[in-house]
Amino acid sequence: MSTGTTLPVLQAADFASDQEVRWCPGCGDYSILAQMKKIMPSLGIPREQTVFVSGIGCSSRFPYYMNTYGVHSIHGRAPAIATGLKTARPDLSVWVITGDGDALSIGGNHLMHAIRRNLDINIVLFNNQIYGLTKGQYSPTSPLGKVTKSTPMGAVDNPLHPISIAIGCEATFVARSIDVNIKHLGMVLKRAAEHRGTAFVEVYQNCNIFNDGAFAYATDKESKADTVIELEHGKPLIFGKNRDKGIRLHGLDPEIVELGKGVSEDDLLFHDEKAPEPSLAYLLSRMRHPEFPEPIGVFRAVDRPRYDDEVSKQIAAALAKKGPGDLNALFNSGDTWDIE
Amino acid sequence: MSTTTTPAGPSAPKGQPQRAETNGPAGQPGHKPLVELTSATVRFCGDSGDGMQLAGTQLTNTSALAGNDIATFPDFPAEIRAPRGTKAGVSGFQIQFASTEIFTPGDRVDALVAMNPAALVTNLADLNPGGALIINRDAFDEKGLKQAGYETNPLEDGSLKSYRLFPVDMTRMTRLAVESQGLGTKESDRCRNFFAMGLAFWLYNRSLEPTLRYIDEKFGKRPAVAEANRLALKAGYNFGETTEALPSQYFVPAARLKSGHYTNIMGNTALAWGLMAAAKLSGRDLFLGSYPITPASDILHELAKHKEFGVRTFQAEDEIAAVTSAIGAAYGGAMGITTTSGPGVALKQEAIGLAIMTELPILIINVQRGGPSTGLPTKTEQADLLQAIYGRNGESPLPVIAARSPADCFDVAQEAWRIATRFMVPVMLLTDGYIANGSEPWLVPDFNKLPKIEVKHPGPIAEGETFMPYARDEYLARPWALPGTPGLMHRIGGLEKQDITGNVSYDPLNHEHMVRLRQQKVDNVALAIPKQEVSGPPKGKLLVVSWGGTYGACLTAVQHAQSQGLAVAHAHLRYLNPFPSNMGELLKSYDKVMVAELNLGQLNMLLRAKYMVDTVGYNKVQGRPFSVAELVAQINELVK
Ligand code: SF4
Repeated sequence: MSTGTTLPVLQAADFASDQEVRWCPGCGDYSILAQMKKIMPSLGIPREQTVFVSGIGCSSRFPYYMNTYGVHSIHGRAPAIATGLKTARPDLSVWVITGDGDALSIGGNHLMHAIRRNLDINIVLFNNQIYGLTKGQYSPTSPLGKVTKSTPMGAVDNPLHPISIAIGCEATFVARSIDVNIKHLGMVLKRAAEHRGTAFVEVYQNCNIFNDGAFAYATDKESKADTVIELEHGKPLIFGKNRDKGIRLHGLDPEIVELGKGVSEDDLLFHDEKAPEPSLAYLLSRMRHPEFPEPIGVFRAVDRPRYDDEVSKQIAAALAKKGPGDLNALFNSGDTWDIE
Repeated sequence: MSTTTTPAGPSAPKGQPQRAETNGPAGQPGHKPLVELTSATVRFCGDSGDGMQLAGTQLTNTSALAGNDIATFPDFPAEIRAPRGTKAGVSGFQIQFASTEIFTPGDRVDALVAMNPAALVTNLADLNPGGALIINRDAFDEKGLKQAGYETNPLEDGSLKSYRLFPVDMTRMTRLAVESQGLGTKESDRCRNFFAMGLAFWLYNRSLEPTLRYIDEKFGKRPAVAEANRLALKAGYNFGETTEALPSQYFVPAARLKSGHYTNIMGNTALAWGLMAAAKLSGRDLFLGSYPITPASDILHELAKHKEFGVRTFQAEDEIAAVTSAIGAAYGGAMGITTTSGPGVALKQEAIGLAIMTELPILIINVQRGGPSTGLPTKTEQADLLQAIYGRNGESPLPVIAARSPADCFDVAQEAWRIATRFMVPVMLLTDGYIANGSEPWLVPDFNKLPKIEVKHPGPIAEGETFMPYARDEYLARPWALPGTPGLMHRIGGLEKQDITGNVSYDPLNHEHMVRLRQQKVDNVALAIPKQEVSGPPKGKLLVVSWGGTYGACLTAVQHAQSQGLAVAHAHLRYLNPFPSNMGELLKSYDKVMVAELNLGQLNMLLRAKYMVDTVGYNKVQGRPFSVAELVAQINELVK
C-alpha cells in the first residue's frame, strides 16, 4: 500500500469529513469515531486508499464522517459489498462498520461468510444491544427478558454473543473493547488494522437514548476492575482492583480464584492469542458478567491464507501457465468451419 | 424452414431420391439410397442418465461442421435424478439442421430416438406422422412399460403404425460390441448413447470423425472406456448400413450462410464471452458475483475458467451477496456483474435499488425460467419483464435489454455494458433458459474489430479543491470516481442525495428533482440506441412484436406469412426499457399489432399503456417455446 513517495504527515483532523455528525449527544459512537480518526494517521495508509463500508443503523452513519472513500449501503450487506470491493481492489484498506442488528440479524449470513473467507478487511461491530435507529426494539444481542417496545413482557429469545459467533466462523482475529475505554479501544483498532486477514472487533457501545447503561458494569469506575479482565498475550488472566484475582482452568471450565492463598500466578490460565485451535478464545468468549469478569483485548490473532490474496494468486498462476488471455483464441477454441 | 406447414425430413422427403457415393466409417461405399433434404429435425430422448444431451451435442457439432445451419433445444428433466425409467426422469435434446437459414430447432421432429418407454410416451406427440421412430427395444420389458404407464407393449400392439418404426436391440448390441474391453455391465451400458449416435449419424450420412475426436479428448485417460465408446459408435453406424431395418439414408447439404468463419455456440457461453469482451473493450477487470441457480450457473462456470483474462469470479453465500459484491467491485472501478434467474432477481432487488441510488454501473443478468417461486427451474418463460422494469421499491428505473438467440447473447452483453457505463446505471439483461442452453452457428468476430467501450474516470484534484460526486455530464451521468484517487474521497449510499454535491438530503424538492433525474437518465438511453427496425413491409395489415428468445419462432412464422403474400411484418425488440424512440409511430403503421410472449401479456401491457394502441397479446405459459405452427395459425387468424 506504500505509494513510494513521502507521505504527508496527517493528523486525526485530516480524517474528519465536512459533514455534521448527527448521533445523539452522549452516544458512544462519538468516542469510536474519535479513536478511529486518531489511529488512522499512524497506519501510514493514504486517505484515498481507505474505504469505510457500512449497512444500516446508527453506527452505519460512520462513513459519512470520515474523510476517506465510503459506502453507506443497505441493511446487513456491508460485509458482502466489502468482499466485492476488496476482491476487485486488493490494494485498498477496507473497513466494515456495523451494529448488532445489522451484523447479526439481517446480515448474519454475510458476516459469517466474510469472516470465514478471511479477506484482509476489518469489521467493527458496535454492540449496543438495542435497535437505536428504529427507536428501541430489542436486538439479537439483547439479554433474555429485555423489555423494549417490541417485547413489552420481555424478550424470550436467547441472545447471540458476537465474539463466540466470530470464533465459530473461523475468525483469524477477534477482539473486544469498550467505547469509553479510549486508550484500549485505540490499541485494539490499530491491531485490527495491522492484522492481515479479517479482523473482527466488538465494541461495547452505550446507546444513551434507548439502552442507557447496558454496559455500566464494565465502565463504572468503581466496579470495572472486577467486571472486566484485560487479555494480554502470554500473560496470566489477573483482574480485580488489587489485581488479586485470577482465572484458573478447572477441567474444561474457567473458575475464579484468589491469588495468594495457595494459588500462584503460575496456576492461572495464560492467554495465548496465537493458539492454532480456537478453543481457548472460545472459552474466554463465554465468560460473562456477572458470573465472570468479561475479557477485553485480543482473543485470537492467527495467520491463515486470505481470500483476496488467493484469488490474486490463482490469476497469477493462470497467467503463468497460459499467458495473457487472448479473446480471439478463445472464440476459436471449439470446432470451427468456414463458409465461402 | 421446417415448420408444420412445410414439413421436411424423413417423414416428407423433398426432392428426388438420389444415389450418391457415401463412405461409411470403414470406408465402404454406402449401398442404400441417399435422399436429399433441405432440413431435418431429430430428437434424442431417454433417461437422464442415458447421455442424451451428449448425443444431441455431438450431432449438433457434426452438422455444424458439415456446414448446416443449426438450432438446438435441450430439454432437461426437472429432477436431477428421478428414478430410472420414470417419466419424470426423461431428458431430451432436439436439433434442427438445414441447408437454408433457420431460426428455430423445429416444431415437430422428423426422427425420434427413444431409449425407453417413458421417453417414448412423453415425446411421441411431437413426432411427425410418418416420421422415423428408432427405439431401444431392450428397454421395453415389463418393468419399463409399467413405469411409463403402458398396459400393452406399443412396439407390438400396432399403436405406432403411423410412424416408421425401427425397434433396435441397442442394449444387447452395445454389450456385444464392447465385449472385448472387459467392462462391467453398467459401464458397457453407458456406451449405449454412442450406439444411438452412430445409428443417427448413419441415417443422416454424417461423419464420425468429430465424435471420434471428442472421444479421444474426453476419455483418452481411460483407454478401455474410450475404445468401448468408439466400438459402440461404429456398431451403431454399421447397424444402419448393413441391416435391412433402415431402408434409406438422408442427406442435408451445407447451408448458404453468410460467408465467414463459424463455430457452434451456446447462449450462456456466448454471454460469458461477450462479458469478457466488454471488460477488455472498456479496459475494466471483470468481477462476477454469483450464486448457483438453474439455468444461469453455466455463465459462472464459464467465467471461472478464464482467470488468465484477469476475470475474478466470486461464488457468493447468497443472491444478495452476489449482487452487493458486484456493487462493491463497481465502486472500486471493476466491471461488476451478477448472474441469476428470476427467484434470484427477486432477492437482489433491494440492492439493485442501491445501485440505482448510488448511480453505479453494474450488470444484472437474468436467465429467465418458469415462475413464480421455484416454478419450473429447467423450463423457459418470459414472465420476468415487469419484475425487471418495475420490481423494486420507490421510483427505481433502469435500462432493460434482452438477447434474442444464443449467439446474440455475445452482442447484447457488450451493449448492456456500453449503456451501463455511458449512463452510470445498473442494466438488467434478460435471456431465458431456451437460448441459454440452445446453440447455433456463430460468425466468429475478430475481437480487434469490435467497437471500444469508452469509460472515463476523473483524475486527482489538489487539496482545497472540492470534488462533486453527483455532478452531471450531457447524458446526466455522474463521474465514476475511483478509490485510490487523491482528493476525490467521497461517500455514497442508499439515502437520497443532493444533486451535484452527493450529500445526504431530505429536502422535498431535491427528492423530486432526483427522482425525475434518475428517470430522465434512463429515458436518455433512447437517444443512444438504434431505432426499432422491422422485417417486412413498413406498413400493412399486421405487425408481430416479440422480444427475447421467441425471435426465431416469430421471425419464421412471419416469413411464412409473407411467403403467402400477406402484409405482415415483424419487430423484435432488444430494448425494452426505454423503448426505441420510433416505437409508437411503428405500432400505428399497421392495422393490427400482435404481441407474442411466453407470459400473460407483459410487453403487451407496457405497449398499450405507453402508446395507447389496441395491440393484442398472443401468450403461452407452458415452460416451452412457441412453435412456429401455432404462431402461423394465430397470424392467419388475425389477418383473415
Ligand atoms: S439512538 Fe442510541 S445508538 Fe443511535 S445515535 Fe442515539 S444514542 Fe447513539
